[in-house]
Amino acid sequence: MESEEEVGPKEEIMPGKVVTVTSGKGGVGKTTATANIGAALASNGKKVVCVDADIGLRNLDVVLGLENRIVYDLVDIVEGRCRLRQAMIRDKHFNELYLIPAAQTRDKSAVSPSDMVRLCDELRPDYDWIIIDSPAGIERGFRNAIAPADIVLVITNPEVSAVRDADRIIGLIEAEEKGPALLVINRIKPEMVKRGDMLSADDVLELLAVELIGLIPEDEHIVMSSNQGSPIALNGKSKAGEAFRNIARRLDGDEVPFLPMEDNNGIFNRVARLFRSGGN
Amino acid sequence: MVFLIESRGFSAPEATEMSSFIDRLLGRDQKSAHTAKERMKLVLVHDRTDIPPSEMDQLKDELIDVISRHVEIERGGARIEMTQDGRQQRLIADIPLRPVRRQRSG
Repeated sequence: MESEEEVGPKEEIMPGKVVTVTSGKGGVGKTTATANIGAALASNGKKVVCVDADIGLRNLDVVLGLENRIVYDLVDIVEGRCRLRQAMIRDKHFNELYLIPAAQTRDKSAVSPSDMVRLCDELRPDYDWIIIDSPAGIERGFRNAIAPADIVLVITNPEVSAVRDADRIIGLIEAEEKGPALLVINRIKPEMVKRGDMLSADDVLELLAVELIGLIPEDEHIVMSSNQGSPIALNGKSKAGEAFRNIARRLDGDEVPFLPMEDNNGIFNRVARLFRSGGN
Repeated sequence: MVFLIESRGFSAPEATEMSSFIDRLLGRDQKSAHTAKERMKLVLVHDRTDIPPSEMDQLKDELIDVISRHVEIERGGARIEMTQDGRQQRLIADIPLRPVRRQRSG
């Protein structure tokens, strides 16, 4: 790796990176995370394509508010019924944020891992980030979604079934040599953590033993923003929005401290310490 | 006073036993997050190794048999368990040997 950027006439074209958002368990916030990380990266001036790989259960379109603009989808691209660009839907808020929607009337077997690799390779030269929303589960759809990944984000909730599934998926990501996975802990309820009725971010990190990239508090604004089809990362007042913007900055290489999940000293500092000691 | 017990100075099992002992002493219920964490530790060990508890018991017995063929051991005190170091699993065996009776010469 060349670490120093030279001030010179030659501007290297950095190929785009592929980030896959996955979780094992359904309903932990993959689609919300994909939409918001994508929007946050785009708001920082990056060129971004979000790909919904959840064929048959498409949702990224509604979360982004683009459901009425779909003409072609992922399977149409793969099966050659349209060109890649024809299936890319431009976002309402950002000119450089696009969605490739999943097919709704097909299933996961319509796409193969090598189709996903080919598709992403075609996008890499022209976009900075390709964010893939993985389906839940550990089968074909998950394998499709991680095949082209440079970085895999595992989303979990501080809750036993989500943590267990995250552990399983982290193991599979390692086995596929796509690791180490980066963890996002979503839907943290600080007051419950405080009274000892919810696993803390520390607890989850200790159990899963992976590097952390995001802590997202439970936030009613998330439901409200997906009702409106407008990503919460654009909402300056929302804590969850800020947390998603922070994930985008960390992906971009910035060192951003984690948001405190409680006002009393503990958690924030301890998590920050864990993060520093893990990896690198 | 109780939160001192929960500080990081203790190794995990001691701290757990101690704080639950004190909780019992004070007639308090275990916090549900604490219960969740302890349960998850065990579940994840088995998920990651893919060895069912019954097979683990068999492994322990066979291991102890093999070792006792070569040295005299205190079977009752033998502890063989799966532990974790980051995401790596380790099988740790702690097997006390029986004191050897030395023949006194002369």
